[in-house]
Amino acid sequence: MNGIHDMGGMDGFGPVDSDESGPVFHARWEAGVMAASRVMGGIGAWNIDQGRYHIEMLPPELYLKSYYRRWLERTERAMVAYGYADAEEIAAGHALRPGKTPPRGKFTVADVPRVCRRGSFYRPATAPARFAVGDRVRTRNMHPKTHTRLPRYVRGQTGRIVALRGCQVFPDTEAIGQGENPQWLYTVEFNGLDLWGPDSDPTLKVSVEAFEPYLEPG
Amino acid sequence: MTPHDHDDHDHDHGHHHHDHGEDSELSETELRVRALQTILVEKGYVDPAALDAIVETYETKVGPHIGARIVARAWTDPAFRAELLADASKAAQPFGFQGKVGDHLVAVENTPDRHNMVVCTLCSCYPWDVLGLPPVWYKSFAYRSRVVKEPRAVLSEFGVTLPDKAEIRVWDSTAEVRYMVLPQRPAGTEGWSEEQLAALVTRDSMIGTGMPASPKGASA
Repeated sequence: MNGIHDMGGMDGFGPVDSDESGPVFHARWEAGVMAASRVMGGIGAWNIDQGRYHIEMLPPELYLKSYYRRWLERTERAMVAYGYADAEEIAAGHALRPGKTPPRGKFTVADVPRVCRRGSFYRPATAPARFAVGDRVRTRNMHPKTHTRLPRYVRGQTGRIVALRGCQVFPDTEAIGQGENPQWLYTVEFNGLDLWGPDSDPTLKVSVEAFEPYLEPG
Repeated sequence: MTPHDHDDHDHDHGHHHHDHGEDSELSETELRVRALQTILVEKGYVDPAALDAIVETYETKVGPHIGARIVARAWTDPAFRAELLADASKAAQPFGFQGKVGDHLVAVENTPDRHNMVVCTLCSCYPWDVLGLPPVWYKSFAYRSRVVKEPRAVLSEFGVTLPDKAEIRVWDSTAEVRYMVLPQRPAGTEGWSEEQLAALVTRDSMIGTGMPASPKGASA
């Protein structure tokens, strides 16, 4: 979806506040919402792509609040959307009914290392990769209303495959409950001048990871 | 309610400087987070001790010290450097939390002619396994929006100036792959131990918004 989250190339957000040497969390509630979110992912209540999609679907004025505030909004909404609590319980701040049985069961201390490490999204390939390193490709001019990992600023652009990253879960279908649908993933490199025009930095190259359905021969 | 009234005061690190002017909103947020955790526990989704254990892991165990040790090893061991650049997830395993690093980690090497920077324009993808949680600026709208278009301007805000001819290579981690930058080893560190070198490796130097600390002033 062409949402507020897709920020590459936007202007107007001001300078970067690079003076960041503080603690891991700036308030205890940030730690609390991070942990609660990891738990819900860890028990299999929703997958990572569904979790991201629920952040993207937040109204822009909520999205633009702080990072962990977004996580809180997302987690409350996803709990309702996937049947792990209802709106009445969220409003009451207490369980009013028994919980749903999560796919991976209750989350315990033994599960902590698993969610503090990245999972694997590799899946067996069902077809040979269509492109090879060095191939020129063009990204599709596509504007799905649902989740996608192809940012707007690289759509309809010509680039070059610089790496194959294996066959992986396809977020565009996984986010909307249409299955893992594994696809080949590539790193595609673009010239800054192609993305941003002749007045831009001539020394810049930018890459994204792009799934095969995003690409056609360039 | 002020930020100091709540019942987890004893866990409070006293770092409320980023919360200025948001006390009333913060209090409401704190209540909502506590309500969320209450629901998770009452519904039987989580053992409350596990919530604390997740936080403790990121506060004390997983952080940029892991990445710094990987970089220092790469600076002192050419065979390891080659392994890291070929398959970072595999090479970094022994350095990870409980001796493991998740899949899809890729290390990209800075050279005199090429400077790498990492961003996630769509969300906040970051190599958590080796750098811990991302800093606030990495998740900021300013960084996410600008680094793919005007990286030199962003670098200047970090006090970094590159030669005009150096190529800037920005890795927008839009899916699954997580990048860490292997910065250049500072001059004047010949003969230094891995431990001494690791102390020079800043978090920002592994994202590409900074350089390793100067060896001057550090003990050789």
